[in-house]
Amino acid sequence: MTPGPDAPDPYDEMSAAGGGVREHYRPFGDWLERTAADRIAQKREEAERAFHRVGITFAVYGEQTGTERLIPFDLVPRIIPANEWCVLEAGVKQRVHALNLFLRDIYHDQKILNAGVIPAERVLGNSEYRREMMGMDVPGDIYAHIAGIDLVRAGYGDYFVLEDNLCVPSGVSYMLENRKMMMRLFPELFATRSIRPVQHYPDMLLENLRAVAPHGMESPMVALLSPGAYNSAYFEHAFLAQQMGVELVEGQDLFVQNDCVYMRTTRGPQRLHVIYRRVDDDFLDPHAFRADSVVGVPGLFRAYRAGNVTLANAIGTGVADDKSIYPFVPHIIRYYLAEDPILNTVQTYLLYRPQDRDYALAHLDELVIKEVHGAGGYGMLIGPASTLKERDDFRARILAAPENYIAQPTLALSTCPTFVASGLAPRHIDLRPYVLSGRDTDLVPGGLTRVALGEGSLIVNSSQGGGTKDTWVLADPSGTSHA
Amino acid sequence: MLSRTANELFWMARRIERAENTARLLDVTYRTSLLPYQVLEPGLEWAEPWSVPLISTGLATAYYKRHPELSAENVLRYMILDAGNPSSIYCCLRGARESARSVRGAITSEMYEDLNTAWIEMREYDYERVQAVGMSVFLDWVKMRSHLFRGVTFGTMLRDEAYHFIRLGTHIERADNTARILDTKYHMLLPSAADVGGAVDYYQWASLLQSLSGFESYRKIYSDVISPLRVTELLVLREDMPRSLHCCINFINETLSLLCNEDSRELKRLADEMYVRLHQGRTEDIIRYGLHEYLMDFLARVSALGDEINRRFLVPSN
Repeated sequence: MTPGPDAPDPYDEMSAAGGGVREHYRPFGDWLERTAADRIAQKREEAERAFHRVGITFAVYGEQTGTERLIPFDLVPRIIPANEWCVLEAGVKQRVHALNLFLRDIYHDQKILNAGVIPAERVLGNSEYRREMMGMDVPGDIYAHIAGIDLVRAGYGDYFVLEDNLCVPSGVSYMLENRKMMMRLFPELFATRSIRPVQHYPDMLLENLRAVAPHGMESPMVALLSPGAYNSAYFEHAFLAQQMGVELVEGQDLFVQNDCVYMRTTRGPQRLHVIYRRVDDDFLDPHAFRADSVVGVPGLFRAYRAGNVTLANAIGTGVADDKSIYPFVPHIIRYYLAEDPILNTVQTYLLYRPQDRDYALAHLDELVIKEVHGAGGYGMLIGPASTLKERDDFRARILAAPENYIAQPTLALSTCPTFVASGLAPRHIDLRPYVLSGRDTDLVPGGLTRVALGEGSLIVNSSQGGGTKDTWVLADPSGTSHA
Repeated sequence: MLSRTANELFWMARRIERAENTARLLDVTYRTSLLPYQVLEPGLEWAEPWSVPLISTGLATAYYKRHPELSAENVLRYMILDAGNPSSIYCCLRGARESARSVRGAITSEMYEDLNTAWIEMREYDYERVQAVGMSVFLDWVKMRSHLFRGVTFGTMLRDEAYHFIRLGTHIERADNTARILDTKYHMLLPSAADVGGAVDYYQWASLLQSLSGFESYRKIYSDVISPLRVTELLVLREDMPRSLHCCINFINETLSLLCNEDSRELKRLADEMYVRLHQGRTEDIIRYGLHEYLMDFLARVSALGDEINRRFLVPSN
């Protein structure tokens, strides 16, 4: 490919710069060409109906209570060739492994801080740092049992890590349901048996959760703790609990006695050992954290500290996925693993540093400004798409609290053809693979591909109108190692 | 099983059953309201056929707070579509679907999809649309959704505790509702005492039988004209009649045998007592005692049983 001199067009996943279809998209491209437009339109409707009936929805905050929406599903898959996946897989495993070592360290000896690799106040002064976790051992030294690593492809096609999600990453149910939907709508596409399966994710998750039971016990009772049916990710909570065959519990179903956690059941109290919790740290235990939490379990933290129950993810992981820690992750990898990072990190300006701040304020129209604790695509300024007023507004906010902001160059995220009202058009995408740690660190070949449906939009978050695609990781054509 | 889960399953089943029986109740009211009929004393509102569903469900007071006037349209709006009436068909289908959604893991995906579809379709109805498709067609649709749900449950669900709580909810609600529907006959006035056993009386009993899907069974079993004594026997005491009180109590008793342990003796005792009364009961005695009085006593017992199920399984204190 022959990219332009300065700003290349965004990298397109399907079409090479000359207009030809990339090798790994060819079978799909041929199929697309052969398949009548009205059949595809009919399948799109079928998919929408099925998602509604099955109730694969997410609740929308701020709208009428109980409003549920579909996340738009696009029929054009995101396809990743085997050689690229090898690198991504090794890269995210390396990253999560190092982040777990980092979390263990900052809640114990703090060697990395004493060595001056990361400024201590960035960690210890971070609002996500949980002093309560100091000196506490967690089974297997695993803190981030489930990690969602957001990747984007930019520039000439290199992958970058955009951010780490180590608290309660969501979206994996869409990865699974999207695959199920594609196989149901277009079984012929899977007949070549070159697309690697992802459906064993729930089994892998359960295995990892069981592996971190207290005291290495053999048959632990595992449950998924959800804030309840009005949470935006409730469908996913119910789905995963069902797929794993574990109880879906809410705070009101649990109580703590003698530092042990019990479920209220029709046959009396039943002891619980591992909790896959989809409730944020702050709301887990009104005795230990926010007293106004109604979705937590009073006394849970004491039981946790006593080692009688395992929480996945551990409390206090938020400090490691903070955007102000993000630029240090390459150092973290080198420090603990003595390896070079496999994946690229986006150049990041920390605005509490005067020289970074000066640069950023002078280039607001080129950069992306993010809140350190922001999530969901909120609290962002995308420089090139911003108005003067928005930039002035951010300038004032940065100057008022520079430590709350970082800046990054605006990445030209790769695009993938996507069905829109006018037909197929390129839309920007990202990728979130889900890395599981417990027995070891591993992931299923795939992830959630999110797509920004607005023309030119870079915001893929479902709360802001993003859609999803099925993600195909292709088997190694030599057909050896992969199931 | 989590007590909360058992509670949601129990109420999911009760709500679907209630939606179905509300449809049956409105059906019998609708049929009898078409009979030639005269109100003897204008102003005696409770004598109107459309007051009957309100009286037998205990909703009359709540209704009159909302609608000062009694009319067919108002009663239908209240019983079918009113989001402020927790027993309306609308609220029952919404509540059943909400319960199912909150315990999706405990039921099969087919069951959830079925309730979700029922709710999505229900949302499309307003009074005008119900009128346009026809009252009977709409009420049949409600019954059919309930049949479908039962069938999907029967055909897909593991016979585990969750299944038993669903079954328990269905039959507690049905026992209650059959008794109430049967009691409507007590509230339907006849033009005069001389009309007992007359044409209007006959048609009232016949519509009641039809609304409980008992008309054809009646013909099959008795091959004879409709008599109050036999209708009572069929709908109270016959254990092979799926909506009869006896049959419901049999199901409840069987299910409780599977769920109860040594801690739930009182619950089992209450159920056994009801079983014995129905198993040993005689139609003549019921009629002599008074069918209305008998049904009121039965409803009180069902309610006590429900309270004990609650205490024991659904909302236990630690």
